[in-house]
Amino acid sequence: MSAQLPILVILWPLVAAPLCTLLHNRQVAWMFSAVATWASLLTAIGLYIQTSAGGELVYELGGWPPPWGISVNIDSLNALVLLLITGMASVLIFAFPASLTIQWLGNRARLYYTAYLLCLASLIGITITGDAFNVFVFLEISSLSTYALVAMGRDRRAQVAAFRYLIMGTVGATFILISVGLLYMVTGTLNMADLAERIPALHDNRVVRAAFGFFIIGAGVKVAMFPMHFWLPGAYSYAPSIASAFLAATATKVAVYIMLRFVFGVFGADLFFDVLALDQVFLLFATVGIVVGSLAALYKDDIKAVLAYSSVAQLAYMVLGIAVGSVSGLTAAVVHIFNHGLIKAALFIVLAGIFVRFQCTRLSELAGLGKYAPWTVGAFGVGAMSLIGIPGTAGFISKWYLLLSVLEHHWWFMALVIIGSSLLALAYMWRVIDALWLREPTQLVQERGREAPLNMLIPAWTLAAANFFFGIDTTVTLGAASRAVASLLGVSS
Amino acid sequence: MISLLNYWFVFALMLLGLYVTISASNLVKKVVGLNIFQTSVFVFFISMGKVADGTAPILDSAYNAYSNPLPHVLILTAIVVSVATTALALALIVRIREAYGSVEESFIHDADNDTAP
Repeated sequence: MSAQLPILVILWPLVAAPLCTLLHNRQVAWMFSAVATWASLLTAIGLYIQTSAGGELVYELGGWPPPWGISVNIDSLNALVLLLITGMASVLIFAFPASLTIQWLGNRARLYYTAYLLCLASLIGITITGDAFNVFVFLEISSLSTYALVAMGRDRRAQVAAFRYLIMGTVGATFILISVGLLYMVTGTLNMADLAERIPALHDNRVVRAAFGFFIIGAGVKVAMFPMHFWLPGAYSYAPSIASAFLAATATKVAVYIMLRFVFGVFGADLFFDVLALDQVFLLFATVGIVVGSLAALYKDDIKAVLAYSSVAQLAYMVLGIAVGSVSGLTAAVVHIFNHGLIKAALFIVLAGIFVRFQCTRLSELAGLGKYAPWTVGAFGVGAMSLIGIPGTAGFISKWYLLLSVLEHHWWFMALVIIGSSLLALAYMWRVIDALWLREPTQLVQERGREAPLNMLIPAWTLAAANFFFGIDTTVTLGAASRAVASLLGVSS
Repeated sequence: MISLLNYWFVFALMLLGLYVTISASNLVKKVVGLNIFQTSVFVFFISMGKVADGTAPILDSAYNAYSNPLPHVLILTAIVVSVATTALALALIVRIREAYGSVEESFIHDADNDTAP
């Protein structure tokens, strides 16, 4: 049984998704999705334990050895990403039944759960596969289900946001397809381990360089790296809150993972840093992304839009970690993948709870909510602390490592950018906290102000507690991250 | 240069498709552009698998040169993905049209700005 774990982790949600369409009762559909999600989480924990000693699990699908067959490869890096995706999904699934979209859909809610399960399965698929073409296929499955999830927002702008995301996402994914095709032309293989062996000898080959360029742009769209980020604020702001929570915690993180995997595990760090000097470009994009995202977040009235623009800035931190490229920089990027997932899941789920009560998430209408719903606003406050990077929270750990990594290179300017953007984060989160907690309650709040539903509040506080836990005990995150980076860079940890 | 002719066509189609996707204001035209762009990639993969004088990869004593079937198989998957994307895009356009009464991006943009607080 334990030898089958690498494939089981994706099979649970993948098999559950089509079956879920048959369950007309929305409670049954929810139970079914929850069981599949939790089974996936338990499998991911098993995989994390199996890889915690280092090394890589290779599972040959159908018993066909690679490069002929498709393999599933799991090492410390994707074990950690798996833990994040399935863990966040397992907590958030409890909040689904209370979300307005599910209630409004009635017995069609099963289709929403199906889209969610497909999205989860394909995100897991991207993470575990060892085949370059599979990455494209799973990326498209995850994108298609994401468009459907986003389009279910109540506001009509959700549909426009989903459409814009569809156009950008498809162009991005097709770029990755072109990249895979070019690589196959030169190397004659699609297996990622095989590619990694053959590409270094071809670093002067123009086709490989073109493939790399296409890949970076395609993945950059999915990561929402600065100039390709335009889809993200709309998609996260207008999607149903619960979908925003799920996507913000998982989808972009998987995209960062795939970028890490391809840059360091397939194309090779030499091509990125020495041959093409793309790290300079990434540094520029990251800097502008951090500043632009943080500044835009400062002026938004809708709290979801504040968090969405903050995501642009936070994803730029991960891009910065990749650009630094040293052991500490990559460790910071990997840890931030995990920690930022925790932070955004906690913040968005609180908003989902607020949305259930007020049908809006605009700051101007929600002022003074803290007096009526201290627990709800409190959970948001904890998430905000972690986002800013206050010591003792998960957000502090990743920012601290990022700061150390740029100081290693004596990049004082980048250190200033990181500190400055933390202050900006303090400013835009304080604006929200100040309005929610300290201002006089608005009429809407006075009339309808009460705590979020309990089945949203408990997941929210679970995630808030996790933010403290992973801010103090870093053995899981840092341990896996340093093992992962060691194997990516080929150095001993 | 005749052997590279396919790739020049792919290149032209690719740019054409991307240009239409980006520049068209009509959402349906955007989807058409996207389809042209994706199709160019399909042609690219199919050209890549073709071996000069090769036949379909079915074992037969009369032939000894076969085209590479792998890119062709890959592209079948990509075509399915493309069909699904187009279907979803058109479904979204139908709903956008119901909500806004238009499929022109400029119109939708203005309508949203008018209702925004």
